[in-house]
Amino acid sequence: MMDCVEESNHDPLSAPSQPASLETKVEKKKPSENVSLADNSLLVDISDALSEKEKVKFTVHTKTTLPEFQKQEFVVVRQHEEFVWLHDRYEENEQYAGYIIPPAPPRPDFDASREKLQRLGEGEGALTREEFLKMKEELEDEYLATFKKTVAMHEVFLQRLAAHPVFRNDSHLRVFLEYEQDLCAKPRGKMDLIGGLMRSMTTTTDEIYLGATVRDVNDFFEQETSFLQEYYSHLKDAVAKVDRMTSKHKEVADAHIKLSSCITQLATREQPPTERFLTRAADTFDKCRKIEGRMASDQDLKLADTLRYYMRDAHAAKAVLVRRLRCLAAYEAANRNLEKARAKNKDVHAAEQQQAEACARFEQLSARAREELLDFRQRRVAAFRKSLIDLAELEIKHARAQQELFRKSLQVLKECQ
Amino acid sequence: MSEGPDTPPFSTVDINNDNRDEEDLFASAVQEVSLDPEVNGAQESLEKVTISDAVPSITTTLSSPIMEEIATERTNNIIITITEPQKIGEGMSSYVAYRVLTKTNMPIFSRHEFAVWRRFSDFLGLHEKLTEKYLRSGRIIPPAPEKSIVGTTKLKMTSTPSTESANGSNSGNVQSQFVERRRAALERFLNRVGQHPVLCIDPDFREFLESDTELPKATSTSALSGAGVLRLFNKVGETVNKITYRMDESDPWFEERSTRIEALETCLRRLAGACEGLAHERRELAARTHDAARACAALSGADPHAPLSRALSHTADLHEKIEQLRMEQSNTDFFVLTEHIKDYLGLISAIKDVFHERVKVFQNWQHAQMQLTKRRENKAKAELANRPEKIEQASNEIIDWEAKVERGQQEFDTISRVIKKELERWDEVRLTELRATILRYLEEHMKHQAQSIRYWDAFLPEARAIK
Repeated sequence: MMDCVEESNHDPLSAPSQPASLETKVEKKKPSENVSLADNSLLVDISDALSEKEKVKFTVHTKTTLPEFQKQEFVVVRQHEEFVWLHDRYEENEQYAGYIIPPAPPRPDFDASREKLQRLGEGEGALTREEFLKMKEELEDEYLATFKKTVAMHEVFLQRLAAHPVFRNDSHLRVFLEYEQDLCAKPRGKMDLIGGLMRSMTTTTDEIYLGATVRDVNDFFEQETSFLQEYYSHLKDAVAKVDRMTSKHKEVADAHIKLSSCITQLATREQPPTERFLTRAADTFDKCRKIEGRMASDQDLKLADTLRYYMRDAHAAKAVLVRRLRCLAAYEAANRNLEKARAKNKDVHAAEQQQAEACARFEQLSARAREELLDFRQRRVAAFRKSLIDLAELEIKHARAQQELFRKSLQVLKECQ
Repeated sequence: MSEGPDTPPFSTVDINNDNRDEEDLFASAVQEVSLDPEVNGAQESLEKVTISDAVPSITTTLSSPIMEEIATERTNNIIITITEPQKIGEGMSSYVAYRVLTKTNMPIFSRHEFAVWRRFSDFLGLHEKLTEKYLRSGRIIPPAPEKSIVGTTKLKMTSTPSTESANGSNSGNVQSQFVERRRAALERFLNRVGQHPVLCIDPDFREFLESDTELPKATSTSALSGAGVLRLFNKVGETVNKITYRMDESDPWFEERSTRIEALETCLRRLAGACEGLAHERRELAARTHDAARACAALSGADPHAPLSRALSHTADLHEKIEQLRMEQSNTDFFVLTEHIKDYLGLISAIKDVFHERVKVFQNWQHAQMQLTKRRENKAKAELANRPEKIEQASNEIIDWEAKVERGQQEFDTISRVIKKELERWDEVRLTELRATILRYLEEHMKHQAQSIRYWDAFLPEARAIK
């Protein structure tokens, strides 16, 4: 959005705020407490982030006591694409096939804010200057919130990797954290986008194809598959619905701007006592808007984002199941090969060895996946509990603030005149 | 203008205390219903449908407090409440009847308390009559609600609104809202007339409130009748006149007022738009909250972890309650704020009508003045030409027109004076009303927030119970 302020030259009001809006910085005071406290050997946080034009640059700060790293503390600058690159390296690695790989952070998406700003620019004539400024301020707040959220998502991704007993030892992660140059993970071109699309398509087709062809004998995984499938779709639906709700709530808050400015306007036409009364009333509506806005963003943060995160986690869990099915398919193929080899009485030994390997791989993967999936169920409950409690507490806090605001202004307004 | 009618003698009995008593009011209402078939004997055969059970509750929550609030500031001891809108008949010939209950101690009424059944067109008829009689003398006639063909037709087409609203269906809701809005508007209209020092003692108004018999059907108010079309033509003519005729204002008071009212109108129009926008957004938010609640319920069904599933299902329930709350908030936005602003706009257009009336009187006067000058010129010409019979005729005409000019001037002075007085009265009333509205709006919203706190408070232990 910030660079968009620059682009929209027809916007006469952006001029004074331009220097400030060229870049957005987020300073973080202390690393988030998400990292397990028991183990401080590898701590990662994003100490700073910078938004310029299309790109967001994250400053990744690492503190470690692990001997594999050359230094104890270092800082690199990474872009979103490099995070995706790192995620893909994990996903490719057969060793990790049985693990739920932390979902890659979502692409920084400021389109919504940008679009709103554009609409605001177009509808400028219908607004008074004051309304316009308030709307703009509101949008900038929204942008900042989105920005912070994006940074937090990227941070959580790295922290999950760093806290994981297996993932933390990955060489790619080390490179990501240590190597000071660019990681050649170029911003996605069109070809890459198509590649990504193809990849996700193969995953889905694999899921359907394998689900239909490979006979799974394990009840646990069968249950887990159907649960995750159903759960994922419900989560997806809930995310969409809650998102729609919060965005509407935001609009409700914005509707107060017009109300308050109209009342202010009305106040200017009245005699002093009434003017005072109306100005105070307008002020109340303005404050009311701020609280409503906060309510909406907290709903977004606590409810929608939790749902969204677990939707993506559930997706990652589904990917484990697909990988397991793929492994099972390979195992079955090895079985068939062995039978063929026995029938022809040729290369029996090699086939036997292959079959044994495939079997071992599959067994190992299944055991790992089982643990991971059980862990997923637990993790989820704790996270939901925390967010629901937070949500309720915040809602109560805001409602109290709102009630108090109304009570106070009623008192003031009644005394007025 | 004589001062007589402006100060009607009141008896000193205080009726306000009785009116505070809600239960009493309802008890009498119940009795009235049982008597009702006798009162409206002709309608006995027609099926009567109570529009909605919810309406009385809306009535008590939405309209009664404001009436009571205003009641304390009353000068006239008359309080009119409208309750129990009922649909009478079926199909296109059906209509809604309202029970008009009057409590008063004004001596011009024979009793202290009485009730009649009136239909919407009766109200319009009353408005028409009052306009005919008093607009010309510069009185601000309180506006009656607009005739809404769409709303009425919809209402007529629904055969049994009571069952629909019981099902909670959306259209039933819209219907009862439509009726409720109209009910509130009619109540405001009658009370404003009742508060007006001159209009309240009008015999037509008295007949409207008191007469047990059905009023003659006011055909001219029907939107599609011949009279309606004629009225439309008149209106168009007046509008053209308003646009084309510019009066050079001699009175700075009027000039100032006129521009102020114009400015106020544009301002209020924007405000009405903003209020409506807010109410609309909030209503949509309610719908989306409903969707979110449904999605949460589905999610809770799919969750294998029992405590979490329970908590999610509570979340869903909570959001359904919040949906209700949002609806109520939206209703507050609409009924308390938007309706009032719209009403305010209606009053402003009534004031503009009065201003226009004054312009018309001025025009007449000027016309007479012009005619007089012309006649005088004629006389002078005749004198020059020395034609006695023409001089004779001209002098007669001059006397005639002189009288007319004098009448015109008098009329103009009177209307100017009355308007000034009316506006001063109005200014006071409107500010008290605006104040009361904003206070009431904030109070309602404060209650909503308290409700919200209760809901979330009840939810918190559920969230904590997840283990």
